[in-house]
Amino acid sequence: MNWLNALVQGVLLGGLYAIFATGLSLAFGVMRFVNLAHGDFAILAGYLTLSTASALGLSHPLATLLVVPLMAGIGFAGQRLLFNRTIGPDPLAGILCSFGLGVVIQNLLLEKYSATDRFLDAGSIETDSFKLNDSIAIGYFPLLTFVSAVVLLGALQLFLSRTKMGRAFRATADDPKTAQLVGIDDKKIYGIAMAIAFGTVGIAGFFLGARETFAPSSGPSQLLFGFEAVVIGGLGSLWGTLIGGVVLGVAQTFGNQLSVGWNLLAGHIVFLLVLAFRPNGLLGTGVRT
Amino acid sequence: MTSLLQVSHLTAGYGDFKAVFDVDVQIESGETIAIVGANGAGKSTLLRAIMGQVRIHAGSVFFRDKDLAAEPTSHRSHMGLAMVPEGRRLFPSLTVRENLQIGATAKRQGPWNIGKVVELFPLIDRLMNRSAAKLSGGEQQAIAIGRALMGNPELLLFDEVSLGLAPVVVKQLYAALPEITREGTTAVVVEQDIHQALAVSDRVYCLLEGRISLTGRSSEIGKSSITKAYFGEI
Repeated sequence: MNWLNALVQGVLLGGLYAIFATGLSLAFGVMRFVNLAHGDFAILAGYLTLSTASALGLSHPLATLLVVPLMAGIGFAGQRLLFNRTIGPDPLAGILCSFGLGVVIQNLLLEKYSATDRFLDAGSIETDSFKLNDSIAIGYFPLLTFVSAVVLLGALQLFLSRTKMGRAFRATADDPKTAQLVGIDDKKIYGIAMAIAFGTVGIAGFFLGARETFAPSSGPSQLLFGFEAVVIGGLGSLWGTLIGGVVLGVAQTFGNQLSVGWNLLAGHIVFLLVLAFRPNGLLGTGVRT
Repeated sequence: MTSLLQVSHLTAGYGDFKAVFDVDVQIESGETIAIVGANGAGKSTLLRAIMGQVRIHAGSVFFRDKDLAAEPTSHRSHMGLAMVPEGRRLFPSLTVRENLQIGATAKRQGPWNIGKVVELFPLIDRLMNRSAAKLSGGEQQAIAIGRALMGNPELLLFDEVSLGLAPVVVKQLYAALPEITREGTTAVVVEQDIHQALAVSDRVYCLLEGRISLTGRSSEIGKSSITKAYFGEI
């Protein structure tokens, strides 16, 4: 029965990884952009939530509602002013640029907020739970996280498949030069895609910060989980990202079930196995060139 | 009366590499122009320069008296330029219907819509909900032409429509050309096949090693002169 409990908790944990990885998945899917500062931006969003809440006297969940559009604005500006300049045949420019940006963000956060661990307060929902049976209790907050992940990814999927803008996203991802020929401004599409990606980073910052404490240097370790979720699920596939998050979460809780020290290790092992035997990921179709 | 398109002293290429040199092309509204030349003569580079996709080293491109130098490619389709690119380049993640719809991104007024494209190429009708990735070359080419028409362009550039297609398919595609021009679109056809090009066009430009080696009315050009202009002195 403990294994069943581990499965349930792992699936719910996967929701957190999926929310966090959504922005990575979208940025890679639309513009083949690997944002190494993704984790640092999520931590930045956490701090912005803290500051917004204390400045306006809001609760942390309410402050998040303001931070999400703010992060979207940062994403749009960052793409138009910085990342669009790195787009070219060589992906290394964008990778290095975002890596440097991550270091800058970490140090600015350290300067402003110090290295003290902080956390976000989601209210009593954080610790409340209901019992499924004697051995399985489901926390409301992990459940909310998972449901949010499904809703977020589902909404994005609908946006991509059903709207005109989503169609332009897919066309630009396929072939930016031909997209320009039919009148699509690819740089603008990239700006909007990054705004959406960063909006999801704002949401991820809240769920991360409410689940565990964070410090200015927490970004890179989160980034690793995000990457693992994206790669396990399949690069550029949104539902794959959800599945990747869940697989990673379950691997970690199963590892924990074996031995406490195996928690993270089991996740990494599953990630490596997927890379070795299914390099395109569980739902991936491979990267088009 | 000014020309629809005026290319003057154009030198263009990829990065530092130049593929066309000092080229002059003038196109009037309603004409069908053929651009012929051997592989590597600079035909595609010329079209891409008109669409803003290669580097312009010198010279200018004017569309309806407007200098295109500062116009990004994406804006040129809003101005009334369109291109059927070499290799079709349909969007594989999109269905056939979506590929056509996305051609209308510029929302220009005109006769072309999905119904009219299907009238022109009836074979598209049964493919509408299929993925564009898994179609024959001829089907893809028909859709690529339809996608360009959906933008209701004034000037439509065809880059190597016949490349890699069976002669019977090429014949069907070229049969659509008069219908396209009848609706008011001026056409520029890049072709390696001289006979095909001369048959469908009013005027022809022949490129040789990046320079214009011959130009004239298609009906008046003799076989020996165009062969010489195509292959150079042998």
